Amino acid sequence: MIFEIIIYIFMGIGVFFNALAGVGLLRFPDVYTRLHAGTKCTTFGSIFVIGSVILIGLKNWWFENDLNGSVLAIHSIFALIAILLTNPVGAHAIARAAHRSGVMPAKAVIDELENEPIKKSTKRKKVIKKALNEEGGST
Amino acid sequence: MMEFFNQYLIVLIALLICVIMSILRVIFGPTIPDRVVGVDTVNTIVIVCMVVFGAAYEEVIYIDVAIVYALLSFISTLFIAKYLEGGEF
Repeated sequence: MIFEIIIYIFMGIGVFFNALAGVGLLRFPDVYTRLHAGTKCTTFGSIFVIGSVILIGLKNWWFENDLNGSVLAIHSIFALIAILLTNPVGAHAIARAAHRSGVMPAKAVIDELENEPIKKSTKRKKVIKKALNEEGGST
Repeated sequence: MMEFFNQYLIVLIALLICVIMSILRVIFGPTIPDRVVGVDTVNTIVIVCMVVFGAAYEEVIYIDVAIVYALLSFISTLFIAKYLEGGEF
């Protein structure tokens, strides 16, 4: 009985944080703040929802001697590890790509990456154009 | 099984509402990285939905599908980010 109450509490916390991610994704003004809402909240919420599924598997395994429950718990742990490893890396890649493709923060007071080159490819294109002009000038 | 179904239906409907809010961001996003952020959020919530489905119907194969979906969505996100960054591989 206590086990089931813990499962319901975990699932409620997870769904609440996933809903916060959806609301933040709609209400925030900027790419970076939206990324902040949409990645961290879903990671935290999915930890709790998948944790409750792991608890369900362990409950079926211990109290009902169901071997299917142990398989459920172990595979859920692997799904949780996959989410925990891949979600922050994807968010970092999106943020870096957004800054390099020229989308600046809307209401930021200070932007420390302001002097960074915006695109690698544009820089290289300029170098190529310079080389072509020099060749054209020499010949 | 019907007991489980009735309990988890509420969780799945709540997660479905979160997916709908993320899809609204994908539709109305002013810039391209906004849409990518929305798609990333949709992917994560769909993985959670698959795990909850697997627990509801006691089918382990759904959770295997969720693992593969997580890895493939990660790879697709990285490729879209690489494309936005300048498109050099």
